[in-house]
Amino acid sequence: MNVSMTINGERVSHDVEPRLLLVHYIRETVGLTGTHWGCDTSNCGACVVLIDGEPVKSCTTLAAMADGHEIRTVESLEVDGRLDPIQMGFHERHALQCGFCTPGMLMTTRALLDENPDPSDLEIRTAISGAICRCTGYKNIVSAVQWAAQYEAAAKRGA
Amino acid sequence: MQTPAAFEYERATSVEGAIASLERLGPEARIIAGGHSLLPMMKLRLANPEHLIDINDLKELAYIREADGEIRIGALTRHVDLLKSELLARHFPLFRDAEHVIADPVVRNRGTIGGSLCQADPAEDLSAVCTAAKAKVVIRGVSGERVVGMEDFHVGPYMTAVGAGELLTEIRLALRPGAGSAHEKVERRAGDWAIAAASAAVWLNGVAITDAGIALSAVGLTTIHLSRADELLRGKEPSEELFQQAAEIASADCSPGADGRGPIDYKRHLAGVLTHRALRRAATRALQGEVSS
Repeated sequence: MNVSMTINGERVSHDVEPRLLLVHYIRETVGLTGTHWGCDTSNCGACVVLIDGEPVKSCTTLAAMADGHEIRTVESLEVDGRLDPIQMGFHERHALQCGFCTPGMLMTTRALLDENPDPSDLEIRTAISGAICRCTGYKNIVSAVQWAAQYEAAAKRGA
Repeated sequence: MQTPAAFEYERATSVEGAIASLERLGPEARIIAGGHSLLPMMKLRLANPEHLIDINDLKELAYIREADGEIRIGALTRHVDLLKSELLARHFPLFRDAEHVIADPVVRNRGTIGGSLCQADPAEDLSAVCTAAKAKVVIRGVSGERVVGMEDFHVGPYMTAVGAGELLTEIRLALRPGAGSAHEKVERRAGDWAIAAASAAVWLNGVAITDAGIALSAVGLTTIHLSRADELLRGKEPSEELFQQAAEIASADCSPGADGRGPIDYKRHLAGVLTHRALRRAATRALQGEVSS
């Protein structure tokens, strides 16, 4: 079957098997390997992408179900060499070690800040409760999201 | 890599169209909504539908509204919307209790109430919630609609009253005065399935319990409706002693299996403790006026 969708602002269209999962479509058919394929059971959150602005686990979504929708992957965060504030936060606060969970963490927390620009510690922890990191122990990830929230608030005041 | 077996996919553009497709394609066709129960089953080849009918475009099935003395919930309503609904929280707070602990926020963006009920996993929370709240469900087929009470909904493990060629379209909750409800769950880690969970709803007339509903998740082959406890509570004034008796019924009437989540005696004990806590909170809420009228 044919699927067409927008990924990071670009229109893509391919013939695929209906059983192809969105994560494999993005990684293998489209070739954007920033989205990671982790547990394959919707537990770990490494595969989170945004569908119409909402974080979704792409290992538990068919490419066919994304037909006609707008997808954002981690590759969309950096624009012309400038990192998204959430990426800057992860850098500033050392919120990754091996980096495997990072794409999913970034997209999940990007969506959080889009919806809630000033999240509490608990709100951040709740938002990433479906994302597993085995290196840093979450403290630095929470700190990174707070850094990004403050950075974006300051940028807004300055604007 | 976990890959589902091959199937044909189509996207429904109307409820009638989805039902017509189900009718035409026969018992090997399945509806897919959020997919967060069905796709994992398909990846494990525990479910091998030959046709999937995607109903995610049927926005007319996504709503929570009050009508004719009932709360009506469309089958395609997502967990996130059940969690956020003030209408539901005001009249049936057990939904919000449950939604806080169903999977995680990202999964809750996709999973639906209709999918959860139709999957009928014995450890699934909303089946117990709807059973306790005495919900009725609307099931539509080519020949029309029928309304089925939750007491008749589960016909076996992972099996429901929804037949081939039929679609669950709506969940109805009668608004009755003096209502209070709560859902209590213990899990190993955030987002996990329950070790055990208890849903309780009570309706008070100011003094006595006029009606009660109690149901358990994860401690049997299906959601367990504790009808003996419902009967015990009816007509009596709420008290710790009464709730303890109901808790003892919960421990006795559940039938958990031993697994990685714990041994049988622990799960029976937990079912009792959670039933007691759920009843206590439900009655407190009813008395505090988180009620329907």
